[in-house]
Amino acid sequence: MKRVFPILAVLTAALLSYALYEALVAAPTEQTMGDVQRIFYYHVPSAWTAFILFFVNFFASIAYLVWRANKADIVALVTAEVGVIFCTVVLVTGPIWARPVWGIWWTWDLRLTLTLVLWLIYVSYLVLRRFSSSGQTPLLAAVLAVFGALDVPLVYFSIWFFRTQHPQPVVGGGGSIDPRMLHVLLINWLAFSCFAALVCWSRYRLEVIKREVDETLALEALLEPRSAQTKTSRYGSGG
Amino acid sequence: MSTVASLTRATLAKDLRLEWRSKDAINSMLFFSLLVVVIFSFSFDPTAEESRQIAGGLVWVAFLFAAVVALNQTWAREIRNQVLDAYRVSPAPPNALFLAKALGNFIFVTVLQALMTPLFIVFYNLRALGPAYQLPIVAALGTWALVVNGTFFAAMSLRTRSREIMLPLLLFPISIPALLAMVEATGAILTGEFSAKFWIVLLAAYDLVFTIASLFLFGFVLQAE
Amino acid sequence: MNYLYAAYVATWAIHIGYLGTLVRRYSRLRNEIAELKTRIEEK
Repeated sequence: MKRVFPILAVLTAALLSYALYEALVAAPTEQTMGDVQRIFYYHVPSAWTAFILFFVNFFASIAYLVWRANKADIVALVTAEVGVIFCTVVLVTGPIWARPVWGIWWTWDLRLTLTLVLWLIYVSYLVLRRFSSSGQTPLLAAVLAVFGALDVPLVYFSIWFFRTQHPQPVVGGGGSIDPRMLHVLLINWLAFSCFAALVCWSRYRLEVIKREVDETLALEALLEPRSAQTKTSRYGSGG
Repeated sequence: MSTVASLTRATLAKDLRLEWRSKDAINSMLFFSLLVVVIFSFSFDPTAEESRQIAGGLVWVAFLFAAVVALNQTWAREIRNQVLDAYRVSPAPPNALFLAKALGNFIFVTVLQALMTPLFIVFYNLRALGPAYQLPIVAALGTWALVVNGTFFAAMSLRTRSREIMLPLLLFPISIPALLAMVEATGAILTGEFSAKFWIVLLAAYDLVFTIASLFLFGFVLQAE
Repeated sequence: MNYLYAAYVATWAIHIGYLGTLVRRYSRLRNEIAELKTRIEEK
């Protein structure tokens, strides 16, 4: 397994570079917005990747609630963290795109607002994981993830209706898309998906090792209370 | 099913009786809301027209903060007296406990709203241009939305560090659709410009989804302590 | 135009920042494991 990783990393880097070239050079320039529109090729794939990661988090959380599998908990943690990273990218590139095109930094449009709410929910999820005592963390986090997932359709509808009542410009552009642009978009999405998968894999391995170390330290403290220098893993719970 | 109902009623009665005697929660909530109203009055000095538009937001922010004060002390008594441990080993259904706590909070916040609303009307010269009968419906649905999730997250926060911060941190993002609905519905009713129906339906749906989810999952949270 | 580059740079800054934290955590764990090993050998 470990030898595959560097090869995949190199391949992913190559794919990302190719996708970058496509986005900056090969893709046709948009008529109304000009070159700034190329942010689209990073903004949208990041959003899709984040949503997929959160989706996986939902299923991993349910799996934990049903089977109490440690692996499911780690998958939930990992996808939440990496999902928040990609979500942050969406929230940063969105305003950078909106500013030159519409003159405003932020607009409460459906996609951007939904992304913001998801970001808030999952950041609160990560905070819960960090602040709760390690015994119940997986269970509580899984419950919170389910609540978050149930919330998403409600968030969607509430913002959708809010926007029909108070119309605003749409970041990301609606309507049909030029097939050449779609091609570049999909390439970037593929590249970022591979990247996300590799990052998740690394984070997963890191978490597995961390939990083993924590267990060992805990055992040590139990077995030798005198010599144990009341040392728990310096990095606390939740990584 | 009847055990749940009777247990809920018994626990709720006990909580209300205790609260009536000490008036801890109500007093702190009341004072806090009063402060919020006054501070908002200094910050915003709207015309009658404007105040109808923003009142929805102001009022619900004030009630939200007050609700958090109430929610934070939901389980305080239980923790002090190790009631939760006792509950965990008893065969009593955990839903009953949750329901009693949630209903108790609902009553506290609703009493608070009843006391604060005249103040708001006075400070902001409010008069509903739309169907005013819808306001109590919005208030009830909105309060339940905050309280049901709040009581649940208060239980989840019990063994976390910074318990008082964890509750709003968890509650606010999840409550966003409900908050949006409450504020928009109140604004719609006061200004009479839009129909609040969609928002009321959304609130009802939100309440249904999260009441069921909370009842379903509370057992897990209780075990986790 | 600058906005375009700002967006791309920001994206990679965020990703590289996160990967940096992973690398840091990895090396700290490795140090801890080394420490544990020396403690076991002392016994």
